Amino acid sequence: MITEQEFAARFSEIHPPLGRREALVEANRCLYCFDAPCSNACPTHIDVPGFIKKIASENTGGSALTILNANILGLSCSRVCPVDVLCEGACVLHRYNQRPIEIGRLQRHAMDHFYGAGRHLPAPPAARPGRVACIGAGPAALACAARLRQAGFSVTIFDKRPLAGGLNTYGVAEYKLSPADSQKEVELVRALGVEFRLGVEIGGEFRIRELEQQFDFLFLAVGLGPAQPLQIPGENLPGVIDALRLIAEYKTHKGARVGRRVVVIGGGNTAIDAATAALRLGAEQVHVLYRRSEAEMPAFQFEYDLAKQEGIRFRWLTQPVALHGKDAVEAVECVRMELGPPDRRGRRQPQAIPGSNFQLECDMVIPSIGQSRLIDFLSQFREIHLAGGCVAVDPATGQTSNPRYFAGGDCVNGGREVVDAVAEGNRAAAAIARRLEEIHG
Amino acid sequence: MSDKLTTNFAGIQSPNPFWLASGPPANCRDQVMRAFDAGWGGAVWKTIGEPIVNVSSRYSSVDWNGLRMMGLNNIELISDRPIEDNFKEIAEVKKLYPKHAVIASLMVESRREAWHDIVRRAEDAGSDGLELNFGCPHGMSERGMGSAVGQVPEYARMITGWVKEVARTPVLVKLTPNVGDIRAIARAAKAGGADGLSAINTLNSITGVDLDTFTPRPDVGGRSSHGGYCGPAVKPIALHMVQQLAGDPDLRLPVSGIGGISGWREAAEFILLGCGTVQVCTAAMHYGYRIVEDMIDGLSNWMDEKGFHTLDDFRGISLDRVHEWKHLDLNYKIVARIDADKCIGCDLCYIACWDGAHQCIHLDGHPAPSEVEAASRSRIAVTPIAKLDAERTKVPSRIPTVDEAECVGCNLCWLVCPVPGCITMEQVDSGKAPESWEQRTRS
Repeated sequence: MITEQEFAARFSEIHPPLGRREALVEANRCLYCFDAPCSNACPTHIDVPGFIKKIASENTGGSALTILNANILGLSCSRVCPVDVLCEGACVLHRYNQRPIEIGRLQRHAMDHFYGAGRHLPAPPAARPGRVACIGAGPAALACAARLRQAGFSVTIFDKRPLAGGLNTYGVAEYKLSPADSQKEVELVRALGVEFRLGVEIGGEFRIRELEQQFDFLFLAVGLGPAQPLQIPGENLPGVIDALRLIAEYKTHKGARVGRRVVVIGGGNTAIDAATAALRLGAEQVHVLYRRSEAEMPAFQFEYDLAKQEGIRFRWLTQPVALHGKDAVEAVECVRMELGPPDRRGRRQPQAIPGSNFQLECDMVIPSIGQSRLIDFLSQFREIHLAGGCVAVDPATGQTSNPRYFAGGDCVNGGREVVDAVAEGNRAAAAIARRLEEIHG
Repeated sequence: MSDKLTTNFAGIQSPNPFWLASGPPANCRDQVMRAFDAGWGGAVWKTIGEPIVNVSSRYSSVDWNGLRMMGLNNIELISDRPIEDNFKEIAEVKKLYPKHAVIASLMVESRREAWHDIVRRAEDAGSDGLELNFGCPHGMSERGMGSAVGQVPEYARMITGWVKEVARTPVLVKLTPNVGDIRAIARAAKAGGADGLSAINTLNSITGVDLDTFTPRPDVGGRSSHGGYCGPAVKPIALHMVQQLAGDPDLRLPVSGIGGISGWREAAEFILLGCGTVQVCTAAMHYGYRIVEDMIDGLSNWMDEKGFHTLDDFRGISLDRVHEWKHLDLNYKIVARIDADKCIGCDLCYIACWDGAHQCIHLDGHPAPSEVEAASRSRIAVTPIAKLDAERTKVPSRIPTVDEAECVGCNLCWLVCPVPGCITMEQVDSGKAPESWEQRTRS
């Protein structure tokens, strides 16, 4: 395993912060669009030109509050958001053949200033009647809890893990966001007066009834389940570890043991996070297998570019059919694929080419083909309808088919970005607050 | 260098119309020689008089949106070097650069003998002309000099008269803008015998206040003082005053234009409004003498493009385009047109028109800005993810449109648009014959 120093060096941030002068120059490039496309593209509708103008006027504290007002996880979003397809992708300067404003790094600048200066959010108003439980302590729950607490309601967050933050703490590549930064945001929410009950497993008829009695409304933000199995022979061999488990492990222990030759299976952003992590953790060679071609790969372009720069090799149109090995995994047996006719979503379906099997030697396999849905867990809650394994909600309010339950985050959207979870938490909080006001006056 | 830029200003010859204005860049022999080597046609020496003592600090500036020194303010006084040193160096410069113009800027106490003495010494040193500093608004004015003279027509006339009693070279009077009507002082200078005018000197100013110490800038040990403002920010004020002087039928004196000139474009503007030469200080302080290369090159290329062979071909030709408002055509009508292909969708024209003009630019289907914003805020946006999204949500059009019937043709949208050529102001037929306010109200 690599040393702690090596870990710190290899997982150092990929986007260095802007210096004060750089931030001013960049902020002054912003045109200050009206009804700005960057704000509209942001799921949390941060007032982007507003916070950038405040950086330009050196009102950096005010800038940070403008951001946090829309998005309590402004720090982690500034680091993990795929800005190319969100705010920066919408910047009008693209149409002017100019570099878009570096919105992500400017937001980071304001957030670093806020946390670096030890600033706090304004104290919430005096407590008023109304109690809400958030099941799960990830981004959606933190956002929902903060909003409700800021409106004066009491909120308790339950999570089975020892630390809050969800995937921000356990699942984001270390060079983007460290658990320490994730915890700063948790502490910000805690400082508002939100109660955290961590290491608590929710489940069982009795426990759920108890919660329903104690709280007016419940916000489900339980995320997704364990990694989906490959459902091929040999996947239980030692040396096979799913991507999210590997990421959680190396982030928790500042390192993890990896193989020399690593094969990652899947073409999403998590697959790339795992592949680049394996390389940083000491692997000599990392292959990513994807059953479709480059054009269909779901990972964001910038993630793919990063992986290529780092020396990850991609094998397109390749599907694993079995893992072989005596005491541990030694090879992946693959079959070549070709793209067939498009499905109803317009994506071309891969089909195996008979007789094209080949073996890829390796000593570690990292499946990353998505997370399973928590269908069994969610079906414990009464009258909550699921759709495709996800909680069905009214998108404007996050309300479920059981009017006392609201939901948001990955368990609703099937696995999107932190900023989407925050937006869903915000919308649910607004809807819950309206209902609480109706009930308690 | 071709000689199409050669200049004869009130009898002072120079290879081009670009002179260093009296100030720090023209403080000593070595500086002026380096400036001439760089291409400057003339230099008005930093004002010579009884040596003074300066303070530190001396300058402060106005930055704008990250750009430095949009305007510069100074509380520096005239030359702090002995009179004889300055004149000795003028003589040395003239010996080495006989074709360049060296003008001695002068300021002494208001005594006839003092002025006679300094004028004789300046001319003995070989100065090509004299510039009487009746303009400095700070420090010297408290001692009865500079703008204290330039704000009182009788004093200006009297001192100019004293100078003309002994001067053999052309006498220019440098005017202060810190007066109600700059023409009154100019007419007094002419009555005193002035051969030409230089305008403008700096404007009284306080550039700003330090928000930590609460002391205005520049800070001299916790105190400040009003200073003289110059640089790009003052150009419009200078152009207006130059136009007033050059367009005054009672004056008919050559004008050397000063105020915010930092390139050939501004120089061309001052000459179009009647200036014989232009003087530059702040831009040379900001970037050094080297800026003159593009001033010469740019002006020369522009002249070729326009078919002007000499400066006289275009000097003052914009003067007869300036009229009193009452003579403007009330029936001339222009409207804004937005080129949808060039529009980048910043919608700055939209909000400018709504909040700052006449509410005639529109975004589809929304009657007011607050509704545009409310609609956007209530729209659910999600991160586009290929495997989850069949197609991306369509964002409504951001290209604004102009209601030409309502457009008053104010130019604001065109001014705020960041994309050149995207908004154009186009003439439309008002169907009415030209008519000015004066014509309309005469009947």
